[in-house]
Amino acid sequence: MMDQFITLLPELNKSFLETLIMVAIGLGVALIVGLPLGLLLFVTDRDLFLENKWIKGVTGVIVNLVRSVPFIILLVFLFPFTNFLVGTTTGPVAASVALSVAAIPFYARIVEASARDIDRGVIEAAIACGASPWLIIKDIIFPEIKSGLISGLTITAISLIGYSAMAGAIGGGGIGDLAIRYGYYRYDNFVMFTTVILLIVMVQVIQYVGDFLAKYVKKG
Amino acid sequence: MISIEQLCKVYQTKDRKIIGVDNVTMTVEKGEIFGIVGYSGAGKSSLLRCMNILERPTSGKVTLDGIDLLSLSPKELRTARQSIGMIFQGFHLAISKTVLENVAFALKASKVGRVERKRRALELLDLVGLSDKADQYPAQLSGGQKQRVSIARALANNPKVLLCDEATSALDPNTTQSILKLLKKINRELGLTIVLITHEMEVVKEICDRCAVMEEGRIVEEGKTYDMFAYPQNTLTKRFIQTVLDFNLPKELLEHSKGTIVHMKFTGKLAGESVVSDLLQNYEVRGNILHGKVDYIQNKALGTFVIELTGEDKEVQQAIESVRKKVEVEVLPHDGSVHHSAAGAE
Ligand SMILES: Nc1ncnc2c1ncn2[C@@H]1O[C@H](COP(=O)(O)OP(=O)(O)O)[C@@H](O)[C@H]1O
Ligand SMILES: [Mg+2]
Repeated sequence: MMDQFITLLPELNKSFLETLIMVAIGLGVALIVGLPLGLLLFVTDRDLFLENKWIKGVTGVIVNLVRSVPFIILLVFLFPFTNFLVGTTTGPVAASVALSVAAIPFYARIVEASARDIDRGVIEAAIACGASPWLIIKDIIFPEIKSGLISGLTITAISLIGYSAMAGAIGGGGIGDLAIRYGYYRYDNFVMFTTVILLIVMVQVIQYVGDFLAKYVKKG
Repeated sequence: MISIEQLCKVYQTKDRKIIGVDNVTMTVEKGEIFGIVGYSGAGKSSLLRCMNILERPTSGKVTLDGIDLLSLSPKELRTARQSIGMIFQGFHLAISKTVLENVAFALKASKVGRVERKRRALELLDLVGLSDKADQYPAQLSGGQKQRVSIARALANNPKVLLCDEATSALDPNTTQSILKLLKKINRELGLTIVLITHEMEVVKEICDRCAVMEEGRIVEEGKTYDMFAYPQNTLTKRFIQTVLDFNLPKELLEHSKGTIVHMKFTGKLAGESVVSDLLQNYEVRGNILHGKVDYIQNKALGTFVIELTGEDKEVQQAIESVRKKVEVEVLPHDGSVHHSAAGAE
């Protein structure tokens, strides 16, 4: 068994790294695009300080649209776009295009939901102070939801690991790809179990670190 | 200072229109504490929130020191809001910020620099008596302390007016007193104009120079606080006054009384005792004091006496007539319905 493991190790390392790349890019894009999008969804809501029926409506529909497409279909549907963007449709970087597109609305909704939990009165008090919309977002909303933002990233990361397995299955690489190639097509139970255990450990570690950070930034 | 003209606020919900404020015209003078009382849903918050355009009036005019607040651009409005502080029943402090940061936020809004922000925030915390709590989080404070922080935040930009939305309604009586004292101190020392809304007449009695009573979006009566207590006109005003000047005589006492029960109200400088002793000396009647109390409103006395007079019917009548010339008198029925008849006293 040890032998088996040692032979598998280089492949396992490579797959692990590929999964990490896919999840990291997806998370990064979720944070850069999904976070502002989530805040936009929140502040343009009814009775809020940047209330705007149109922006809220259009953004909401787009977000729901992307979220309602099953990931595997989104992946295939985005092939032309992926090809245009990175010049190929295989490999972890290509797979991260679809992962990012899926992660953006996912995270945006989480951000919006955590912002909704803020006591409206606190925002109102800030408006009464004469604060600008930007200052309210940066100095009131953001710190109040910091902990929720981190928990949201944890949830997104774990979902991305799941999605990345699907992306792997159609040429993205990563742990999921490994599991399917050996475990499924070749009935190699050892590889199957090893990859599953690795995935479980990854999820656990992410959850643990995420919970710790979320708790750490929560003050008061 | 603040002038409101024909202000209406109508809320449009999915299926109907709700009238929040119905054609209110009023002015708040510089340096005064103006109270607005009314039951829940009377439209007090709506009216107050129109004063800093947290709620945009449906029609009417709001001016602060001659500036028409409804004509301002968003940016100008933000600057104007910096001169209008506001505190709330629920304090509304940011829970992820320390006490100091909460106060400093208001200064950030007016673009005060970092060092100056801290200095000024500490100075404000000192004013409200919380210098030692600067680095604590709101969750670690009591209700009264939280309200003090929110007062410090509201005062940060040296406002001309402070709007208080049920600022003491979530606090116990002792804490309420201390917050009211603080508001009064700020009013006297900084010359700050205060508009406060409340459903407790006690609060008005405690600190307001003038007040208005609100019902169904309208102001039904308005005047100097003492006059409102001493000479209420509207039924609702009388009911609110009752909550403060109330007296309860045991039902049995009234039912078994053989005499005439007289309720007298003394206003201003007129001393209750001399009127009563004159009455007892000059007429063939015997008096039995059932209730006596003096309330001080705006440092002026308002006395309430209830006396049972016994003697010849004619003598008693004459005695009552004689006092009627000097003070407000009312003969109470013997069925224990003091409450209602007193509320209807003219
Ligand atoms: N945002 C709102 N939307 C719809 N109706 C409202 C809103 N705010 C207040 N109202 C209604 O307006 C009336 C006055 O409310 P409010 O000003 O809060 O009264 P008060 O402060 O005296 O309790 C109430 O009938 C209330 O239900
Ligand atoms: Mg209210």
